[in-house]
Amino acid sequence: MAIKSLLSINKKKQKGVIVDRNKENSFPADLMTKCPECKKIYLTKELEHNLKVCPNCDYHYKMTAWERVSIFIDEGTFEAFDDNIRTSNPLKFPSYLEKIEIDSQKTGLNEAVLTGKGKVKGEQVVVAIMDSHFRMGSMGSVVGEKITRAIEKATELQVPFIIFTASGGARMQEGVLSLMQMAKTSVALKRHSDQGLLFISVMTHPTTGGVSASFASVGDLNIAEPQALIGFAGRRVIEQTVREKLPDDFQTAEFLLAHGQLDAIFHRKEMRDKLATVVRLHRKGGISHV
Amino acid sequence: MSKSMAFEEPIVKLREKIDELKEIAKNADVDMSEEIVTLETRLKQLETQIYSNMEPWDRVQVARHAQRPTTLDYIEEIFEDFIELHGDRFFGDDEAIVGGIASFNGQPITVIGHQRGKATKENIRRNFGMPHPEGYRKALRLMKQAEKFKRPIICFIDTKGAYPGKAAEERGQSEAIAKNLVEMAGLKVPVISIVIGEGGSGGALALGVANKIYMLENSTYSVISPEGAASILWKDASLAKQAAEAMKITSYDLKKMDIIDDIVPEVAGGAHRDIHVQATSLKECLEKALKELNALSEEELIEDRYNKFRKIGQFIEEDEV
Repeated sequence: MAIKSLLSINKKKQKGVIVDRNKENSFPADLMTKCPECKKIYLTKELEHNLKVCPNCDYHYKMTAWERVSIFIDEGTFEAFDDNIRTSNPLKFPSYLEKIEIDSQKTGLNEAVLTGKGKVKGEQVVVAIMDSHFRMGSMGSVVGEKITRAIEKATELQVPFIIFTASGGARMQEGVLSLMQMAKTSVALKRHSDQGLLFISVMTHPTTGGVSASFASVGDLNIAEPQALIGFAGRRVIEQTVREKLPDDFQTAEFLLAHGQLDAIFHRKEMRDKLATVVRLHRKGGISHV
Repeated sequence: MSKSMAFEEPIVKLREKIDELKEIAKNADVDMSEEIVTLETRLKQLETQIYSNMEPWDRVQVARHAQRPTTLDYIEEIFEDFIELHGDRFFGDDEAIVGGIASFNGQPITVIGHQRGKATKENIRRNFGMPHPEGYRKALRLMKQAEKFKRPIICFIDTKGAYPGKAAEERGQSEAIAKNLVEMAGLKVPVISIVIGEGGSGGALALGVANKIYMLENSTYSVISPEGAASILWKDASLAKQAAEAMKITSYDLKKMDIIDDIVPEVAGGAHRDIHVQATSLKECLEKALKELNALSEEELIEDRYNKFRKIGQFIEEDEV
């Protein structure tokens, strides 16, 4: 192969795993992919068939919000909410809106979360799916507002609310407004919960900071994908604070499970089936035999 | 005498000069009263000028002042019959958060707050006011107890943030904070939160889902410290002064954004200059707030809290096509 074409393959690879929005439910078109964990190289098609999980070592690749819709929600049932709200620049941070625009183009989303209703194996749910390809999935006013509206919609429809988190935390550029989104989503979750409705939090890689310290951690069930990084403070900050080396598995899903913070870890391949079962077991009227 | 801060250096210098002059006048037996009066007038002007034109970074210095009154200082000044209650019932007693029962103008209340130390030894014991999960769980336990006995809850916020440590992560720092946010949303009693020093991120908010939120004039409330913001945004922690400006963290900023209900004015130069006067104005603020909230029903209190946080956020909504 000519050197030129080799280089162009690398270039394509650097673009990462963003879904091509022109082709519905498609994965990137790169021919080969190298697993960042076990370094094995395999056909990208093989990876796609495997729901973006390394066939060799089970490494779970990050997914875009739309990819997750395609593998989780029953085909043709998804209806997106609130794609008409846009980020303003309340603190007037230079070039903030330009960055938002670039990520919006890249992901096809108006902000770092996709919300909507749909069915999971026939069960009606409202979902919020965060996308770490959009400003690291960070939460500002629009993310907080979209999630809050989705929770309110779930309350109105009397259906379960399921969130897939993927976020570096609160968004710096919106300052204390971002912090307050933690409280805003929480008051909405409390209402949803008081109606006896189910909330499942599915933590995917990464779920940290203000998102970890709000809705992500208060599901009726807290679920995670294997090896996902989940934690409040950053590893580097902790190492500098406590001046000791942290274990390799620190803040992984497995670490959290061992410390009693998670109900279960579900492999991506079984996520849809298991969550559908969970929803089915929480159907209203579950105690009608009494 | 408390330590001075850089921005008030001119005041300190002038005050020293006046003292010097007084000393000379006394010893040399010359009448300098006219000069002294002139300088004292100048000092008053200078104080007004400097203290009423404080930059955000100046306020950060005041909020962090070693002698700034803490939760326990205000408890002693404002409440009666305070009895401290300890422990989360699961793991331990986190001294970075204090709480207990007391009476306020004859009404039983529950009071909770972050607690830092003033001297090094106490600061170590209290982990510099940076709580572990058991601190937040103790706070929640006391809030639930207050709810059972229909006592209003008053929270003092004063922390750099929840502690970023190994044990804190192992015991679920995220969950402890998150649970407080959700549970506070549903409390059937009045909740009032006052930021008295630093309001650092989620660790502060975990005592902040209240019906009324106030800030002492020179306190700060932010998603991240100015140093942290500077190092993330510009990869340079020394730009903290600029970050303090850009991040909009002062009481005036939060009032403008309609996040807090009101600013409690501070004694000129900061609350540490006169805690009695400061506590009195804080007490007046609490009286007013409680009078209003005591009149609300359980449902109204929860609804009020919902509406308060529901409206926070700035964005553009376009008409659907």
